[in-house]
Amino acid sequence: MTDFHTQTLAELSRGLENGDFTSLQLTEALLQRISAHNDKLNAFITITADEALAAAVRADAARAGGSAGVLNGLPIIHKDIFCTRGVKTSCGSKMLDNFISPYDATVVAKLQQAGAVVLGKANMDEFAMGSSNETSFYGAVKNPWDLECSPGGSSGGSSAAVAARFAPAATGTDTGGSIRQPAALTGTVGIKPTYGRVSRYGMIAFASSLDQAGVITRSAEDAACMLGVMAGFDERDSTSIDQPVPDYTAAIGKSIKGLRVGIVRQHFDVGLEAETGARVKDAIAMLESLGATTVEVDLPNLDLSVPAYYVVAPAECSSNLSRFDGVRFGHRAENAEDLLDLYCRSRGEGFGDEVKRRILTGAYVLSAGYYDAYYLKAQQVRQLIADDFKRAFADVDVIAGPTTPAPAFKLGDKFNDPITMYLNDVYTIGANLAGLPAMSVPCGFVKDLPVGLHLVGSHFSEATLLQCAHQYQQQTEFHQACPEDFQ
Amino acid sequence: MSLDKDQVQHIAMLARLKLSDEEYAENVKKLSKIVEFVDQLSSADTDGVVPMAHPLDAAQRLRPDAVTDINERDRFQENAPAVSDGLYLVPKVIE
Amino acid sequence: MSAGWEVVIGLEIHTQLATKSKIFSGASTAYGSEPNTQACLVDLGYPGVLPVLNKEVVRMATMFGLAVNATVARRSVFARKNYFYPDLPKGYQISQMELPIVEHGEMFITDADGNEKRIGITRAHLEEDAGKSIHEGLDASSGIDLNRAGTPLLEIVSEPDLRSAKEAVAYLRKIHTIVRYLGISDGNMQEGSFRCDANVSVRPMGQKELGTRAELKNLNSFRFIEKAINLEVERQIDLIEDGGTVAQETRLYDSDKHETRSMRSKEEANDYRYFPDPDLLPVEISDEFIAAARAALPELPAAKEQRFVSAYELRADDATILTASRALADYFETLVEATDAKPQIAANWVIGELSGALNKDNKDIGDSNISATDLAGLVNRIHDNTISGKIAKQVFEAMWNGKGSADEVIESQGLKQITDNSAIEAVVQKVIDENPSQVAEYRAGKDKLIGFFVGKVMQETRGQANPGQVNQVLKDLLKA
Repeated sequence: MTDFHTQTLAELSRGLENGDFTSLQLTEALLQRISAHNDKLNAFITITADEALAAAVRADAARAGGSAGVLNGLPIIHKDIFCTRGVKTSCGSKMLDNFISPYDATVVAKLQQAGAVVLGKANMDEFAMGSSNETSFYGAVKNPWDLECSPGGSSGGSSAAVAARFAPAATGTDTGGSIRQPAALTGTVGIKPTYGRVSRYGMIAFASSLDQAGVITRSAEDAACMLGVMAGFDERDSTSIDQPVPDYTAAIGKSIKGLRVGIVRQHFDVGLEAETGARVKDAIAMLESLGATTVEVDLPNLDLSVPAYYVVAPAECSSNLSRFDGVRFGHRAENAEDLLDLYCRSRGEGFGDEVKRRILTGAYVLSAGYYDAYYLKAQQVRQLIADDFKRAFADVDVIAGPTTPAPAFKLGDKFNDPITMYLNDVYTIGANLAGLPAMSVPCGFVKDLPVGLHLVGSHFSEATLLQCAHQYQQQTEFHQACPEDFQ
Repeated sequence: MSLDKDQVQHIAMLARLKLSDEEYAENVKKLSKIVEFVDQLSSADTDGVVPMAHPLDAAQRLRPDAVTDINERDRFQENAPAVSDGLYLVPKVIE
Repeated sequence: MSAGWEVVIGLEIHTQLATKSKIFSGASTAYGSEPNTQACLVDLGYPGVLPVLNKEVVRMATMFGLAVNATVARRSVFARKNYFYPDLPKGYQISQMELPIVEHGEMFITDADGNEKRIGITRAHLEEDAGKSIHEGLDASSGIDLNRAGTPLLEIVSEPDLRSAKEAVAYLRKIHTIVRYLGISDGNMQEGSFRCDANVSVRPMGQKELGTRAELKNLNSFRFIEKAINLEVERQIDLIEDGGTVAQETRLYDSDKHETRSMRSKEEANDYRYFPDPDLLPVEISDEFIAAARAALPELPAAKEQRFVSAYELRADDATILTASRALADYFETLVEATDAKPQIAANWVIGELSGALNKDNKDIGDSNISATDLAGLVNRIHDNTISGKIAKQVFEAMWNGKGSADEVIESQGLKQITDNSAIEAVVQKVIDENPSQVAEYRAGKDKLIGFFVGKVMQETRGQANPGQVNQVLKDLLKA
């Protein structure tokens, strides 16, 4: 048996193209690996072995017939927030434990058209609300680097699966850092593109003005390839942007000489764990050695981004999750006395604690008498934060800093204190509020746990971010390190 | 600002969430903390700042008026907990 | 109604827009299909789906705004109105709150004194309709049909400028006429395409502040609206005069029991938590878009009414009747075009015989058994003296019953008017010969007997003799 799991998407693609192996062989091998190791991680909610094998056979036939797509025969994993036709789509919730989607999300359809083989649906925080994967109805996911630690969240199943070499790529979604934070905590690459770059159709909504689909891989090169397929206008999503998708794969090869990198003064203030800060500074030094110049920039309202987010996101979520009422799909309470009882119990039973808390927060900040003080105020602060970024990007091409304040934390550590958990997203949330593209790249280890370098760009500058990350990865090997138990 | 149980009950009713006594106690505590945390926003000077509802400065795209969806009731109702003759069932609604 | 009280009414009219597909989805809006067969994933509020706005809806709202001299907003915003109800699949209704598409319009009605009165239109905004709950025949359950969910609505909100139930109905009729003229709604009240809620309050004559209002719902015919408002006004006045106070509440009109009753269940915890819908971007309307909508505006009822009076020399009240619907006005104009008779004659036929027949068969002008050109055929035969006006009514009846065109009926039933003078002379002579005593009396100066002779001649000719000629010939021959 070959070492399929150690290879990147790009390497596997070449192998398939050269006829070194078939998609069926590759798929079988990875499914075997998953069934051998997943119990340790709990990275999946659903493993779609039969569908994957059938897709692999189709991919091999397509290749033989000369009609192979970009991702033909390559195995990937979907976060269980993406609707997949005929397959359970739970969103990590009891509410949707019995839900079989009758349709495919646009992202799912695009990747399928490109020939990708879906191995399964990744575990996640319930309705993507969480930063540790502990809010999942299906239990927490464990970090392959330390099974007592969280892999981050909400795309924790995706990040753990890619870090454990179950697949070279997994889709994710990012509302406040849900791709980048788990990527940082598992030593993987995670990119959240510009709001509107990838269609949200079929992606179960958490906070509609913040949600964006992206991908977790091990290399920036693979992320470029995946994003190239996922991105693009969708007539079913009014907020998707009708702009041509650049050739990201072609863009990443260029040198970053002369790239202006912004360093945010506030990033290195209190709150950042010292060693994590040191790894990030090393990474920035590496970018300088590759010809980038650094400029200090100011994001004066950064500390307000977390409170603004924890008003806007719950407000939108409280409304988005109203459709789960036990009538047309999802969990329905038994023996309801009347309509009100049906609603209150179906929702009370179907949603977990964190989801309920956010729905309540959202209903509160929108309710009569509080709207102006909270919701409207947060939208104004959001504008201030977006303006801060705009000013900064007048002087720099990317902003570099830490993805998280510290490496992975122990499961259970922050679970009972929402504020401490929320503050984990302090570096990532700004990009969501402003709709900016951002990514995390592995930049070293602190006590054997990976940490990430966070890159943020101006709207639609994904190519620049990927280029910067790829050039950095040409000089570093952090992304090639493999957790000991998953060699 | 902190919340009391009455307020939590009121918003739980708005949100149609049945909570147990323990959940009420827990939420009074945690929601108060969250509200206190987001109260930081009041420190920001936002005079004259236009609230930002969307991250992108774009206008709504309009779809041509065409029927593109066909009847797929049976397929869509496979997920429905209770249907009869094509209708979704709920406990009797008294008007 | 008690003297000393002033009635204040504002109307909220929900008009379904006559699009092919729904406001935010590609499902059909056709009425009357099997339950839930026209509810796609977007209408059902499935997880992950998103709304995309129908362009035609925006165009229709723009046309309405232009037709009522309103401001059409260059930028309008959709918001979510959050509440739980089984016919509202997403748990929120997409509507417009702070920035509606149409604001500051007006409509003119004729008040009780016959004067023109301006009624302000506060706003008109776009929103999605809800589904329907079915309560019959399902034991302890209600059934939910979401075919109607997502049908586009234009909600037209008036200022509280209406001072009586009659004015409210007059205003409602004007709006009803306008939306049908514009072709933006079929206005079908039975099918619920045109619905109305009324905010009703009373205050002592001369008082400035408004009284507490009650919102009347479920007013689905012009007749009910007038009755329901009058009933509510009486209720409020009685209540206040008995020392009570009016509660701000929603009341349902029950046409069977002829009463309004409180809908407290819907009132509790009314906090809709409106906020801008993050799935939809602001709607921006360009000058070109508005110019195109303006160019597509048909001639509106008021202008058409004036033109009918000036160009066709119609009586003013006839012009009003004929312009009440665009279809009726078009029918009339087609008829006028195809006939040599005076337009007023044509108008008399449309308002008289034709409207009578339509009413009797409960039909709209669009379903008339006699087309405008066919009716012109009949009017022309009167004009050219082929038949008399009296015979024409007989011909009309035959045409209505599908016996063919005017000429065919006249021919097959031998109804052609007798204009041959010698033939008339022969009949007249016969009548004179058979009634010698009356002839003697007439000749002795009893002129009134002319009517007797005309009747006899008409009897002989089964009404087909030309009445003018009969008169002339009778006079000539009786003189002798």
